[in-house]
Amino acid sequence: MAGKLWSLGWVFALLSLLAVGGGTAVLPEMERLVVHHFHWMGDKQFRDIYSLGQVAPGPNMLMVMIIGYRLAGAAGAAVVAVAFFLPDCIVTFVVNRLWYRVAQSRWGLAVQRGLAPVAIGLMLSGTYALARLSIFNLAGLAIAAITCAILSWRRVNPLFLVSAGGLVYLIYAIQ
Amino acid sequence: MDSARLLSQIPNERAIPPARLGTIFKTFFIAGAISFGGGVVAYLREYVVNAHKWFDDESFLDALELSETLPGLNSVNISVIIGDRLRGVRGAASAVAGLLMPGMIVVMALGVVWSEQRDNPYLRAALIGVAASAVGLLTTVTLQLGHRQFTRLADVVFIAATFAAVSLIKLPLVAVLLTLGPVAIWYYRPPAHPAPSTQHFHHLRERFQSHRAHWRH
Repeated sequence: MAGKLWSLGWVFALLSLLAVGGGTAVLPEMERLVVHHFHWMGDKQFRDIYSLGQVAPGPNMLMVMIIGYRLAGAAGAAVVAVAFFLPDCIVTFVVNRLWYRVAQSRWGLAVQRGLAPVAIGLMLSGTYALARLSIFNLAGLAIAAITCAILSWRRVNPLFLVSAGGLVYLIYAIQ
Repeated sequence: MDSARLLSQIPNERAIPPARLGTIFKTFFIAGAISFGGGVVAYLREYVVNAHKWFDDESFLDALELSETLPGLNSVNISVIIGDRLRGVRGAASAVAGLLMPGMIVVMALGVVWSEQRDNPYLRAALIGVAASAVGLLTTVTLQLGHRQFTRLADVVFIAATFAAVSLIKLPLVAVLLTLGPVAIWYYRPPAHPAPSTQHFHHLRERFQSHRAHWRH
């Protein structure tokens, strides 16, 4: 048990520090470690947990707590939450204060502009990883395409869209 | 400058008298409770810039830019920066706690129910639909955030190389970041003889263009 908590802790601390471009960017690495490396759960459970994060408020990546809960109960959830958020908060806190005084430099701009396309590439990889887990027929593809079209067209609360997506696929699956 | 000075709190002349810790917590709690699907930053801007006037647009964009460059979730990073600027360490802790608490409660409740029902075929079908819809959502967000990068050849090359390394070759993320990151930063290295005034102007203009996508959420 203690060994599992320790593994959960360092895996999610590592993931948060690698998340250049936010939570989506780190999704393929999370799947690689959680599903394929440690075999903590199957890829279908991983996908279902990700979906739960979509229907909860706040940052979607809070769903990492369910991974911890699934593996080691309430203690697992707590360890994952601390590991995923605390190291990153400390890094941000320190770098923000240093940045303000030291790094308003031309190299700061180079870092921003250089990391921006890498972050976009990682977000594409995250989207692709989720697509491979959730789209295996025309119904799934249609739900993704219609969500994309509606959001590009106008402002809609994403909660309505993902809930509608879930309902539509449920009706499709029952038939 | 000694290290203590370098790490001391950044002054914020806008928030005088200083914001109360309870107000900071409440503000971030509300943003954390009503935002879904990655729209947290737009709500924070509404409260922090428009309602409380703790930050002006320019400082908010500064904070957002740094949040995006640093690892971790952008919404958490910007909460640390705003909270710190308002009330130091305790302000940062109040902001992050407020932001995450509503989602943590809901996500744990969902997780407990799901653990009991995880093989229920109806629940599973609904969650597949949610994930498929999230693919559409993530695609839109990625295209909006990267609209400037997708029109510049060098950036398209970096985007394609990153995608190929992670999704096709399946290299570990550490390896990808440690190779492509430095290459991309070196490509955008500062020129040897800059013209400071025009460069600053272009930087500002580009910045506002690149962040317009955020306000749409």
